[in-house]
Amino acid sequence: LKGGLRFQVSAALKEGHVTPTELCQRCLSLIKSTKFLNAYITVAEETALKQAEESEKRYRRGQPLSVLDGIPIAVKDNFNTVGIETTCASNMLKGYISPYNATVVQKLLDQGAVLLGKTNLDEFAMGSGSTDGVFGPVRNPWSYSRQYKEKSVPKSHSEDEESNWVITGGSSGGSAAAVSSFTCFAALGSDTGGSTRNPAAHCGVVGLKPTYGLISRHGLIPLVNSMDVPGILTRCVDDSAVVLGSLAGHDPKDSTTIQDNFKPFELPNLTDVSKISIGIPKEYHAPGLSSEILALWSKAADLFKNAGAKVIEVSLPHTRYSIVCYHVLCTAEVASNMARFDGLEYGHRSDMNKSTESMYAATRREGFNDVVRGRILSGNYFLLKQNYENYFIKAQKVRRLIANDFVKVFGSGVDILLTPTTLSDAMPYMEFIKEDNRTRSAQDDILTQAANMAGLPAINVPTGLSERGLPLGLQFIGQSFQEKQLLTVAKWFEKQVKFPVIQLEVKRHDHGAFQHQKSVSFS
Amino acid sequence: LAPWVPVVGLEIHAQISSNSKLFSGSQVQFAAPPNSLVSFFDASLPGTLPVLNRRCVEAAVMTGLALNCSINKKSLFDRKHYFYADLPAGYQITQQRVPIAVNGSLSYSLCIDNKMSQMVTKTVRIKQIQLEQDSGKSLHDDTRSQTLVDLNRAGVGLMEVVMEPDMCCGEEAAAAVRELQLILQTLGSSQAVMAEGQLRVDANVSVHHPGEPYGVRTEVKNINSIRFLAKAVDYEIQRQIEELENGGTILNETRAFDSKLGCTVPMRDKEGKQDYRFMPEPNLPPLILYDAKSLPANLNHQQVVNIDWIHERLPDLPSVKRAKLVEQYGILPEHSFTLLNEDGLTEFFENVVKQTQMKPKKVIGWILKDLLSYLKQHSLTVKESPVSSFLLADLLNLLEKKEISSTAAKQVLAELWKGEGKTPLEIVKEKKLELIQDQKELEQICQAVIDGQENEVIT
Repeated sequence: LKGGLRFQVSAALKEGHVTPTELCQRCLSLIKSTKFLNAYITVAEETALKQAEESEKRYRRGQPLSVLDGIPIAVKDNFNTVGIETTCASNMLKGYISPYNATVVQKLLDQGAVLLGKTNLDEFAMGSGSTDGVFGPVRNPWSYSRQYKEKSVPKSHSEDEESNWVITGGSSGGSAAAVSSFTCFAALGSDTGGSTRNPAAHCGVVGLKPTYGLISRHGLIPLVNSMDVPGILTRCVDDSAVVLGSLAGHDPKDSTTIQDNFKPFELPNLTDVSKISIGIPKEYHAPGLSSEILALWSKAADLFKNAGAKVIEVSLPHTRYSIVCYHVLCTAEVASNMARFDGLEYGHRSDMNKSTESMYAATRREGFNDVVRGRILSGNYFLLKQNYENYFIKAQKVRRLIANDFVKVFGSGVDILLTPTTLSDAMPYMEFIKEDNRTRSAQDDILTQAANMAGLPAINVPTGLSERGLPLGLQFIGQSFQEKQLLTVAKWFEKQVKFPVIQLEVKRHDHGAFQHQKSVSFS
Repeated sequence: LAPWVPVVGLEIHAQISSNSKLFSGSQVQFAAPPNSLVSFFDASLPGTLPVLNRRCVEAAVMTGLALNCSINKKSLFDRKHYFYADLPAGYQITQQRVPIAVNGSLSYSLCIDNKMSQMVTKTVRIKQIQLEQDSGKSLHDDTRSQTLVDLNRAGVGLMEVVMEPDMCCGEEAAAAVRELQLILQTLGSSQAVMAEGQLRVDANVSVHHPGEPYGVRTEVKNINSIRFLAKAVDYEIQRQIEELENGGTILNETRAFDSKLGCTVPMRDKEGKQDYRFMPEPNLPPLILYDAKSLPANLNHQQVVNIDWIHERLPDLPSVKRAKLVEQYGILPEHSFTLLNEDGLTEFFENVVKQTQMKPKKVIGWILKDLLSYLKQHSLTVKESPVSSFLLADLLNLLEKKEISSTAAKQVLAELWKGEGKTPLEIVKEKKLELIQDQKELEQICQAVIDGQENEVIT
């Protein structure tokens, strides 16, 4: 089942080798065994089993709704789900049960997918570690892999293996960890500055950021409306194409989705890359880029070259401004989007009731963490009348320049860009928290952020392991709405690099300790 | 004492007459049970997005065209931020940068004296018309220290019409608003009933000496009728003049009109000047409108708003209607104003004219003097009139055929008001009001009178 949805699990379900209920139960069991990963905020056991039951009935009748029928999936906890809490990992929405499903959630359910639960994230998707939510940090499953353990040098006997665990990256860390640890076959994340690709790289899974406007944001609790997209996390590129096919298309409820009809596609098995032109943007050789990743990137470029593709160095001169630009535009939109959280209509409401204003202030102080409050303050500052021109308008102009960089490069004959996704492999949690959220975000977003500025599609493909035995990924950035070309190339690359399967060492919930078995389901 | 020049500008919010709200599908309805017309978007549930209502766009285009505005083929939406209980999202979606219509004008008329005998036409420039969301309603319950919030109105579409400070007194402001109200009602873009909050007017008032720069202006709110608008503006002008003549200064503040006391009072201070932190609304693309020239061939007519198409279908505006009435019926312009000013009166008049041989020029007198004054005295609308157009026409026919005198007709009318269901003819017979035309009969009556008064006659 490592091969994924399209060819193996779905086939297995269709042929009755495994039933949706069995599949669901195994996933639920594994979720329990991997609880220490803290990947899930809410596990919807009852409803998932019901959905699996319904799916099973359909398979028995020979009428599955789609390739996704009966497939267990997880959804990041910033997507609205009926009947299941949507918290955004924040005190502000603890206990909040939405009356409507996000469009993407509804689409998955309409196609028979089984919703296992909601995954953990940085509070309101602000962060690059999945460490700053009220339910605690998410642990990277690779922390518990044989690959990592073999390479880690025990510091002292007293030091617990526990304290050595590495972060998932963020902010969709829970979804990435869930896919990586086999508790689901696909997961939804969100991507505003890299929040799907970054944890995908650290957790060794495929993370797709679609073109802005291709997939509906209706029901995705927004961070930056002009940059957010729903992200797709899967174990292989083929699977991401399947999920993309089930989600993309115009939504009348989201006025920023394009009107054009979307045609789901099957990825061809590309064998000849001689017609492909790969661009290597020199500015992505960013300060702090680890030598390992640099070497891997170089190796990948050579791989394409040797296979006959045209590989050329290109320049995206405004790359270095994207972080600062992002900071201004992001915080401004955050300040605006968070204004609705006042405790009146839903969510946390403070007991302070001396006046409406004091209630608002107390509610927001109690409901939001420092990161959120910090961004709100910054954003409001940039939106003040006296600052608007110098900050917001300026940032909009710089954004246009960044987007134009890509237009120029793609216009010059380059098909796809190849870049690193992250600066290094996943950091140990204890090290990561030595710097604050803002610093970490600024560091980690540098390679992923520009694609959000320009609205372009981008994908992380797990490429190899670091010296510490942790995943390293590389990023492909494509042209607007050219997901088919992007994924075709990504799939070819994936085939070449043959990223190893995680050898997860986990105590099974019901059967005691167990180790990786190469053939059985998802271990 | 140097003369003062008062300057009056108006900001008018007209609720758009549509089935659903500006950005969501919940219904628009007056006086529904609290919080019964609230969609997820109206309640600002996280993750909901605005979807523009086409009918609201059409209403704004119609209104812009009727007010001689340039319609912007591309206009933008913005967020205006402030915290208040009746604003669930913490911001209002409006059009601050580029509104849908700009640079128009409105002509209105005033009578120079009280008798409606001489009218003068004035013009006020329309700065712009913008689409924006209405807020909900909040009621402050001070006894229980709580605020009650009703979101039924939150998100209803509004057209904000900004009138430049070209007016100089309460009467002008009132006449301008009255004309705007008639236009909106004729277009159907707003029902514009002030009592139901469908038309809200804020006045900006200042005074200065001729030749000097404009004075500090105050904003006057809480004006609930056109009559109060005139009062509020005139009071504020007086207040400012007195204040300045006594050596005081005018504060740039917001004042509320107190209709019971007939004066303006400072509103609760909103803690200094608000910075609304305007930001483009990222969830709505620019609003693109087309005309016949720019309309792309492949676009479905249902998917776009075509300014020319709307222009072709505009109904006759009040000014055109009035001119037509004058031409068709030979009545005076002042008459046409009164006809249009009263809801249903034009129709009534035209119905009477249809059913009688009396010339419209004469009918109008009966309509405006007798019928209207009676209705006003008894606070009745034309629709509530106990005398129908049919009955009045009937009566006027008797008069026209000289079967009764004019004095008798008035007597009959007085009876008809009672609404007892009698026809004019029945009343005439009852009260023996018939005019006698027969020469012999008249001679007999006169002879009888003379015979009965022998003494006086001889003398």
